[in-house]
Amino acid sequence: MTVDHERPEIQPRPRDLRAHLNEFPWWLLIILSVIGYMVVRIIVDPIYRNIFNTILQGLSTTLYVTAISFVFALIFGLFLGLGRVSTNVILRNLSITYIEFIRGVPMLVLIFTISYAVVPLLARTFGLSNNAISLTSRAIIALVLIYGAYIAEVFRAGIEAIGRGQMEAGRSLGMSRWQTMRYVMLPQATRNMLPALGNDLIALLKDTSLVSVLGVREITQVSRLSVSTSFRYEETYFILTLFYLSMTLVLSLLLQWIQRRAKIKR
Amino acid sequence: MVATSADPMIRIENVSKFYGHFRALDQVSLDVQAGEVLMIVGPSGSGKSTLLRCINHLEVPDAGRIVVDGILLDNDEKHINAVRAEVGMVFQRFELFPHLTVSDNICLAQQKVRRRSRAESQTIARALLEKVGIPEQAQKYPEQLSGGQQQRVAIARALAMQPKIMLFDEPTSALDPEMIKEVLDVMLALAHEGMTMVVVSHEMGFARNAAHRVAFMDQGRIVEQGPPDKIFGTPQHDRTQLFLSRILH
Repeated sequence: MTVDHERPEIQPRPRDLRAHLNEFPWWLLIILSVIGYMVVRIIVDPIYRNIFNTILQGLSTTLYVTAISFVFALIFGLFLGLGRVSTNVILRNLSITYIEFIRGVPMLVLIFTISYAVVPLLARTFGLSNNAISLTSRAIIALVLIYGAYIAEVFRAGIEAIGRGQMEAGRSLGMSRWQTMRYVMLPQATRNMLPALGNDLIALLKDTSLVSVLGVREITQVSRLSVSTSFRYEETYFILTLFYLSMTLVLSLLLQWIQRRAKIKR
Repeated sequence: MVATSADPMIRIENVSKFYGHFRALDQVSLDVQAGEVLMIVGPSGSGKSTLLRCINHLEVPDAGRIVVDGILLDNDEKHINAVRAEVGMVFQRFELFPHLTVSDNICLAQQKVRRRSRAESQTIARALLEKVGIPEQAQKYPEQLSGGQQQRVAIARALAMQPKIMLFDEPTSALDPEMIKEVLDVMLALAHEGMTMVVVSHEMGFARNAAHRVAFMDQGRIVEQGPPDKIFGTPQHDRTQLFLSRILH
């Protein structure tokens, strides 16, 4: 007896309107509406336009400080992270000490300490005058030293997530610890780390506002200077907020796109 | 130190290893001759994997001496790397490099350790993939292969270094039953070519067909060793008999 019944055709249920509405990124629409409203306001209202143009003068400094700091923090963080997972007792403990030191002090305090105490102290040690290093350079040095510690932890977690077997496989083929790190562990770790590094980049962009306390003329400082003579608090700070929101939104979408591409490439 | 033909390929003398207070290896001594296929069997926790991993210094013994191909395994990094270059290892969980293609998996150490050119290493990789029966998979990534295929790539990767000794750490335990044979066939061919092999495994078929000697380990010691017929047929020791009665149904 065969059981060759005619089987009913089963179709996937069509996604209804509700499912579509549920998955729609409403948050993005709301943020874009706010940004859109502000853009219109800036275009039609001369007061807004003036303030916007003023703040715009600080934008290149914000972007420059963010980019340079991030690149050097990545390099510094990589070496610090490698020290953190090193088998060498001295190297490992030096790295942990540094990282814990940085993570235990508020960022604002660190910016003051590094810019006004550590850098001048080092400058004097190397026979430079106190003013030889510009405030923007000090801001960058501070951000690199601080974010290097955060990024080191990202590298450490990325390397430790890979598992002992991969290191053993590399070593059993006769590769040195460093070679295995370079060709086996790091390429895999970096791919896993992309989301965390992206978050750090966005956090760094926002934290550049802190270096306004050094008088670096990035967008926050430019806004504060502008407000101190114009007294247009509402307009200025709303526009400043808009600047940061637009930049982080663009970065965040860009990073999501890069991650999706990295996944497809695999 | 230069090895003469009379010296064993691997000499293990009174090796002990502790994990905390647990004695994983208890003064183990063992010689493996060139061209010999030694199989190590025993219950889990008996120290067989630990012993295997001591041979290429993935585990560091707490006491005793290991000499591989005339090179004393002390803590000198040069000696360790020299031994590792002569000793291939195959892991239970394959440990292929997931970010590299099959071909690049086999080429990486050839280029970085043996200093071979890209073209030369690729030629060797192709030949070895042919040998393990999967030449068509060269450009795929490990995750695209079945477990049996991955383990054969791992064997090819180890062979690419032209090792004098191959270590196998439970090479078929992570495989689905239908894939075990394809891996054992590759190992069998290798044994017939005269490769010196130390195999930790419970594959009795492989033991009967390829092993010259079987060592039974329990509680960090080698309890009994001899030709496979003798160990499986007329085991002398109680522990061996009990263990074999459980795994030979």
